[in-house]
Amino acid sequence: MTAATLRAAVLRIIGVPDYERYVAHMRAHHPDEPVLSRDAFMRERMAARYERPGARCC
Amino acid sequence: MLALARGETVSAAWLLTAAVATYAIGYRFYSRFIAQRVFRLDASRTTPAVRFNDGRDYVPTNRVIVFGHHFAAIAGPGPLVGPTLAAQFGFLPGTIWLLLGAVLGGAVQDFVILCASIRRDGKSLAAMAKDEIGPVAGGMALFAILGIMIILIAVLALVIVNALKASPWGTVTLMLTIPIALFLGVYLRWVRPHRVLEATAIGVVMLIGALFAGQWAAADPVIARLFTLSPMVLAWSLMIYGFAASVLPVWLLLAPRDYLSAFVKIGVVFALGIGILFLLPPLKMPALTKYIDGTGPVFAGSLFPFAFITIACGAVSGFHALISSGTTPKMLESEPDARPVGYGGMLTESMVAVMALIAACALTPGVYFAINSPASAIGTTAASAATAVSSWGFQVSPSDLTELARRVGESSLLSRTGGAPSLAVGMATIFSSFFSGGGALALWYHFAIMFEALFILTVLDAGTRVGRFILQDLLSNVWQPFGRVSWYPGVVLASALFVAGWGVFLIQGITGGFNNLWPLFGIANQLLAAIALSVGTTVIIKMGKPRYALVTLVPLVWLVAVTSTASVQKIFAADPRLGLLAHAKTVTGSLAFADYLDAAVAGFFLVSVLIVVFDAVRVWLRVISPAPKLVPQP
Repeated sequence: MTAATLRAAVLRIIGVPDYERYVAHMRAHHPDEPVLSRDAFMRERMAARYERPGARCC
Repeated sequence: MLALARGETVSAAWLLTAAVATYAIGYRFYSRFIAQRVFRLDASRTTPAVRFNDGRDYVPTNRVIVFGHHFAAIAGPGPLVGPTLAAQFGFLPGTIWLLLGAVLGGAVQDFVILCASIRRDGKSLAAMAKDEIGPVAGGMALFAILGIMIILIAVLALVIVNALKASPWGTVTLMLTIPIALFLGVYLRWVRPHRVLEATAIGVVMLIGALFAGQWAAADPVIARLFTLSPMVLAWSLMIYGFAASVLPVWLLLAPRDYLSAFVKIGVVFALGIGILFLLPPLKMPALTKYIDGTGPVFAGSLFPFAFITIACGAVSGFHALISSGTTPKMLESEPDARPVGYGGMLTESMVAVMALIAACALTPGVYFAINSPASAIGTTAASAATAVSSWGFQVSPSDLTELARRVGESSLLSRTGGAPSLAVGMATIFSSFFSGGGALALWYHFAIMFEALFILTVLDAGTRVGRFILQDLLSNVWQPFGRVSWYPGVVLASALFVAGWGVFLIQGITGGFNNLWPLFGIANQLLAAIALSVGTTVIIKMGKPRYALVTLVPLVWLVAVTSTASVQKIFAADPRLGLLAHAKTVTGSLAFADYLDAAVAGFFLVSVLIVVFDAVRVWLRVISPAPKLVPQP
């Protein structure tokens, strides 16, 4: 396991959205649609995280 | 094994061995049965994450990462507090329930709901209750979720209040975590955008700084007096904090604080596990105490049903069903991964609860009862507490109590109910046996308090925000503009309403005591589990496998028996220590109002669970009744 994969894994586990994956997905599947900037993507994901039960527990 | 060791102290090694063996058998055989026979999980069926992959909500993810993410989401302060309180019955009841409850109930619930949600495009629990059972069950589920969140936040806030009252060190440390989170938010936004690991590392260093700042503040008489806060002041501070977290932008406070606490959470759980494993502390608490008859000072009520109410998280926790039908089903890239994530994740949480139980039972019982009994039972001085606790058969001297308080850097540890302080003493004892020396016990104690409080703040702030959204959604049915999430009056009103909701219970918990509020939370959490298991049973029956429905039906019947007995006893018991209505007759004014309010809430939970279960039974009978014979066409 390289340092980069480990870093990505830790980030995903603590709940940081994965921007690279999002961009790769958009390029591969929706090449004609606009891609959010990193800032906009992070803000949109963070807001969504706290809108519904399912992110936090007792 | 345990019976053989009776008469001498039992080592934690026995408990850990029993736990690991039970989990291994449960995972190897029972979860495989559910995966292969009940649901027939199939790697060739596409999951919602693959089917709807959008790079945002639905993202196929490696199962190790999903496991970590799922575990970080389900693990909260619940499994630390419940087992600590239930230690008043001795270590055996709690251990048996944690092991059997998790293997046969909690892990089954999490796993079954996860499977059901994967097969239904990642739908939420409330949506599945509506689709599979009916609109009544669906509506009840939504109300139950809101009610549980209110009680959950109130009771956890009360844990913080009781841990921090008259404790300048703890108060200063926890208060500093808020500016630290704000700093990280600004740092991630403008200074070094999106460098989360770097920011979190800085945050961890700052947290350690906050720990020492608290020590320094407590040593200075003037500053210490300033931060020696009463429970009411602490309660209002927490309410203001919850309100702020709900209306402020997420990137500023919630998100950075969440990253930080997820780190600390996983780190400390690991450290505690390693500490217990190396130290294998002897359990000083007896296997069973006389309090199984219901006369215990920590909370009222006999072994059945209250051991099973007090320990919810760690054995069966209905709240997990929200996670299992929330983010997790949208991440799994392969169906069979649901087994390690759903079933395995819950077993890991159960293990955390067993460790908390070990930490509580490693304390001298006299110290345990002095910390966890209310002032009404042990008085307010070390002398009165030592006399009372010793008269119950747990020898402790006044100087033991004052000396321990001095060594952990507190003025007093008496009646610090809520479980967090006694767990912190247990954890500090374990950690300081590795890193001891001048004042180490005090540092570890306050580190443990900070860890638990940080844990709780993440539930309190994120929960308040989620509650605000649910409330806005409900209010939009009354007047449309409330539904607009960026309409400021709506945001402020819904946030204030939700904070007021849990604030009422928090404040009456301060006056009325911790021992009414925690059972109420347990009942609520088990009610949600009953709803989840009803949904699970319905799903299995509808798959045409009514025989296999026993998998969820057995824990469901058990939980209905436990919750209904507990709510009826809590409301109607003649003993005023236990029965809310009986207690209301012995007091007046706001105390009586608090009792009636709690009784009404317990009644509401009882009625809700019965409605959902009856609604589900109606559906089951309709599905399994023999189909009308088809008349052959001539």
